[in-house]
This record gives sequence, C-alpha cells and structure tokens, in this order.
Amino acid sequence: MEPGSAFFMVLMAMIGGAIRVSTPFLFVALGEMITERAGRINLGLEGTLVLGAMSGYATSYQTGSPWLGVLVAGLAGCCMGMLHATICRLPKVNDIAVGIALMLFGTGIAFFFGKPYIQPSAPRLPSIPLGGWSDNPQVVEALKINPLFIIGIALAFFLAWALKNTRAGLILRVTGDSEVAARALGHSVALVRLAATGFGGFLAGIGGAFLSLYYPGSWNEGLSSGQGLMAVALVIFARWHPIRCMLAALLFGAAGALGPALQSIGITQGYYFFNAAPYILTLFLMIGSAGSKKALRDAPGELSLTR
Amino acid sequence: MMAADPVSLPTAPTAGASRARTLLWLGYAEALAIPLLALLVSALLFSVFLLALGKSPVQFFQLVWLGGFGTAFSWSNTLLRAAPLMLTALAVAIPARLGMTMIGAEGALVLGGFSAAAIALPMIGTVNPWFMNAAMLLAAVMVGGLWTGLAGSLRRYRGVNETISTLLLSYIAIAIMNFFVEGALRDPADPNKPSTRNIGAEAMIGKIPGIDVHWGLAFAIGACILLYVLMLRTTFGFACAVAGGNPRAALAQGLPVGRLVVIASMIAGACAGLAGFFEVAAVHGKANASLAAGYGFTGILVAFLARHHPLAIIPVAILFGGIAAAGGIIQRRMGLPDASVLLLQGLCFVVLLASETLYGRLRLFNPALRTERT
Repeated sequence: MEPGSAFFMVLMAMIGGAIRVSTPFLFVALGEMITERAGRINLGLEGTLVLGAMSGYATSYQTGSPWLGVLVAGLAGCCMGMLHATICRLPKVNDIAVGIALMLFGTGIAFFFGKPYIQPSAPRLPSIPLGGWSDNPQVVEALKINPLFIIGIALAFFLAWALKNTRAGLILRVTGDSEVAARALGHSVALVRLAATGFGGFLAGIGGAFLSLYYPGSWNEGLSSGQGLMAVALVIFARWHPIRCMLAALLFGAAGALGPALQSIGITQGYYFFNAAPYILTLFLMIGSAGSKKALRDAPGELSLTR
Repeated sequence: MMAADPVSLPTAPTAGASRARTLLWLGYAEALAIPLLALLVSALLFSVFLLALGKSPVQFFQLVWLGGFGTAFSWSNTLLRAAPLMLTALAVAIPARLGMTMIGAEGALVLGGFSAAAIALPMIGTVNPWFMNAAMLLAAVMVGGLWTGLAGSLRRYRGVNETISTLLLSYIAIAIMNFFVEGALRDPADPNKPSTRNIGAEAMIGKIPGIDVHWGLAFAIGACILLYVLMLRTTFGFACAVAGGNPRAALAQGLPVGRLVVIASMIAGACAGLAGFFEVAAVHGKANASLAAGYGFTGILVAFLARHHPLAIIPVAILFGGIAAAGGIIQRRMGLPDASVLLLQGLCFVVLLASETLYGRLRLFNPALRTERT
C-alpha cells in the first residue's frame, strides 16, 4: 500500500477517527454496562452526555483546567445517574420512561446553562503524539491519542477483571441476576443500583466532556446526536461484557468516522447518509443480536429490557 | 405502563353496583388528581429554581398565561402548536396502550412531512389543489405509518426493543430528509435555507372559519376522538388493552398480539405523519430542517401526562402548546434562554413519572386502604 493513495488516506482517517469517535461510546457503554449488570436500564445517558459536555466545557472555560472540567462533568453525570436510581426505586415506576424523561431534563439543563458558553473558546484536553516514528503526516495525525482513550481501554480491562474477581463485582452481578438472592445475602438492592447507576452516569458525563473538550472540541446544542442512546444499544450487542463493549465501541467509532474520512478525500456526496451510518449500523446490529439465544443467556436476569 | 383504566380497578366480589360505581369515579378522580399534583409540584420546583437565579416566578407564570392564553392572538398561537402535539402524543399513547414505549414520533413527523412535500413537487401549479393536498396527506400518513410500523415489525419478528429502534429511526429519518433537501430536491431559487420548492399559496391548507388556526387542529381533535372510540370502545381496543396488560394471557386467549403490535405502531406513525403533513401544507409550505422542531419529544410528555388516554391528550396538548407559545415572550421579557421551556418540560416529566408511585396508595381514592389500616 503506497502512502498518499486515496485508499491509504481514507484508511488512516478512519483509524484516527475511530479512536477519536469511539471514546465517548466507550465511556457511555462501560457505564451503561455496569448499570445494566445491576439490573436497571438508564436510557437517560443521552441527556447525561450533553450535560457532561456542557459542564465540562464551562468548567474548563472558567478555571482554565480541562481536567477539572472532566471531573465536574463526571460528577454532574453521577448526580443524574443517582437521580435516576432514586426515582426508579419507588414502586410502580418504569425505568425506561424515567430514562426518557431524564434525557429531556438533562438536555434542558445543559441548553439552559450552556447558552453563554457557545461562543467562547475553552482550553482543550491535550493529546499524546504516538505517531512520532512515522514521517507520514496522516499517520502522525491519526495517532494523536487522547489520554482519555487510553484510560477507557484500561478501564474496560479493569472492569472485566473486577466483575469476575472482586467482591463488589460479585454483589453487582447477584443484584442484577436476582433481587431475591441479593436480599437473602443481606445486600440492599436499592443501594447497589444507586451506586451502579451513579457510576454509569459518572462515566457518561466523562464521555460528554470528551466531546466538548477534545473531539469535536467545542460546545454547541447539536453536539451529541444519539451517541448516548447508541451506546445503550451497543451494550446489548456486546452482551454486557466490558471487553466486547470496548470492541463494539471501536466498531461504532469507525462507522462514525466514515463520513468525515470520505469527506477528507473530497467525496462529499451522500454526506448525510454516511453520517447516518452509525444509526443504521446500530439498527442492523440490534436486529441481528436481539432475541438471539446468546443474548438471552448473557442478559442480567432482572433487566426490564429483555423480559 | 398501562393507563389506569377504571375498568381494571379491583372490586370486592360482594360489592354492590353503587359501590362499584363509587370506585369507578374514585379511579377517575385519582387519574386526574395525581397528574395535576405532579404539575403543581413541578411548577413549585421550577419556581424555586427561578428564585435561585434571581428571577421572579410570579412574572414567569404571568407571562406563560399572557403568551399562551391571555389574548386571542396567543390562543391561536397556542392552538397552532397544540395541533401537532396532539398527533405526536397519540403516536406515543396508542402503542403505550399495548405496553410499548415508542418515542419515534419526531422522525415519522419529519419523514411524513418530507414525503408530502416531495410528492407535491411535480404537481405544483399544474394540478387541482384539492387533489394535490389529498395526495400529500395520503403520502404523509402512509410513509409515517410504514416508518413506525417498521419498528413494530422488528419488535414482532425479531424482538428488537422498540424504544431504542424508534429513536434510531428518528435520527435516520432526519438524515434522509437532509440528504434530499440539501441535494436532489433542493429548491435552487431559495438561497438561504435548504428546502424543497414551496407548494404555492393556492395549495396551502386554509384556516378554520372563525378562528385563526389551520384545519390541522380539527383533524387532530378528530383523530383523538376517533382513536378514543377505537381504543376504548371497540373489541380491537379491548384486545390491545389485554395484550398490553398481560401478553401471555392475551396469547392464551388466542389474541393476535404480534399483529396488534404492528397495527398499533402503524397507527402511531400515521398520526405523526399527519402532523408532518399539516406542518408542510399549512405552516411552512415546504420541507426543511424546521420540521424537526421537537414536537415529537414534547408529545411523549403530553401522552404520559394524559395517561395515554386519547381524549385527555387534547387539554394536555393545549397546555403545553401554550407553554411553548409563551417561550418567545419569556425569552424577551425575562432574559431567560429559550431552553427554559425545555427545562420546565423535562422537570414536569421527571416529577410526573415519580408520581406514578402514588397510584393505589392514597387513602382518599382507595377505600380498601382505609379499612386495612384500622
């Protein structure tokens, strides 16, 4: 493959794009995976993502520290997650509907307070240039990696280990598979789910901060368009396993990078269709994976989504 | 997530007819009082929020009244927004009666409106406006119905979660419209905003005589009444209610649950498509990005507040149409961002869902609780 050819350029742009685009998917999916392993589904992560993007950007602008922005975004997301858990622990309340409500609510808060931050430019997150070995500008560009991506990958492996080998992981899985068993073991179902949903919201908030502080790297009202929701579908496709979540996030990232990559070599026709590629991919993956025996086997027993 | 049908209230086997009737009315009262309470609590919470920002809640609600319901002009503004809200709320409520949470009305509205504008293109200026409007309406309703029907079929045949699939289909629908509106079907005469060609003044749907609102309002109210009859007064509606309450029991009774799922989702999409038709043929005159104005999302809230009852949707849609209509004046007079309406809606929605927990637990509406405790 000769560097400089159109195919090579698209390939490099897709790899670079996949790494950038997949990071928010990765964080939201890992968070949602933990929430769903506790037996609850939080569809409000779309709103959490937008709120995280806004609060992260605003904090970075006010304090000058993008990493503080990431932390604040995570905490804002955590609050949203805990709100979800608190409402859902009331009897007769449907977790899917509460998720939809929080999607609107989170977006509402973010747009309300985010208005003054649309214009100003906040300090962004730095990137680590890993492509220094190559003298090809496309390779260098593609391998500028954000630390959050590396943290996300490490987190996926850590969660995979922790779910299997730690006491907390066991309690989480028991709560998700059988409320009765969890209660019999003396664990508070509500408390475990509060922690799991709060953790999920924390990660989703960080995913949002990545959107506004790194790529695309600005705050506006059209910043997130369904990433939070696609991540929920991605968790089902990944059958609630952290490593598979990571791989699926990379796949989604590559699909999302397709449109801009083709645009970079001048193919602009069908731009909107390539932009819709992640949604179409999600839909087909859901058609392929829903109702399969494997999905039913791996699904947490208490999850309302698959019952 | 079934609406609390008074029919399903538990009645003691020995209870007489009058006692049963009392329980029925108590059920209605409960279904009215709890959402009202939720609205009141959200208004209070929003007032606290405004006070914390140093704004006056009294002024806010005065402006909502003024901008939404105070004058004849604000009423027509309100009803203009209430009409599509009724239809998008129906698009949520009908599947909800079958236990499905479908939230893709926004996409079906956009795609329906776009289809109407697209089918009108070769007819502009040459065909009788009546015929043209009929073709547009048919196209919008059919495309909307098929689009959401797709989500219903996926649920029926593949078990795909309908909440996620409908929202994904919404994003895809908007992308399809953008693709054509910014490409093949773009009107070259309009340099500002990519749009399809205007259907022309003589083909626009007129106003209802006497009020300053287009015929879409009459169609929307008609749809609410029609679907009320269908869902609460026919065997089809009863079959839907059974399938929504307990799918296994419905299957055991030999009800075609799968077919009901598809039909209900097609009705839902048709309603949203109808809203799209009126947005194009009575408001904008063309299809462009303004079609995705958020009616589909506010419709979700309207349907939940109305407890998925088609007739209750009418007043709730008017209420939220009024709040939306007041958005502009609130923005201008109080200096609040236009997202305050979105925030208020989100807050209402959250409080409303939390209030669901009160059903069957208030002694006032549930005499059985009073005797148990003593």
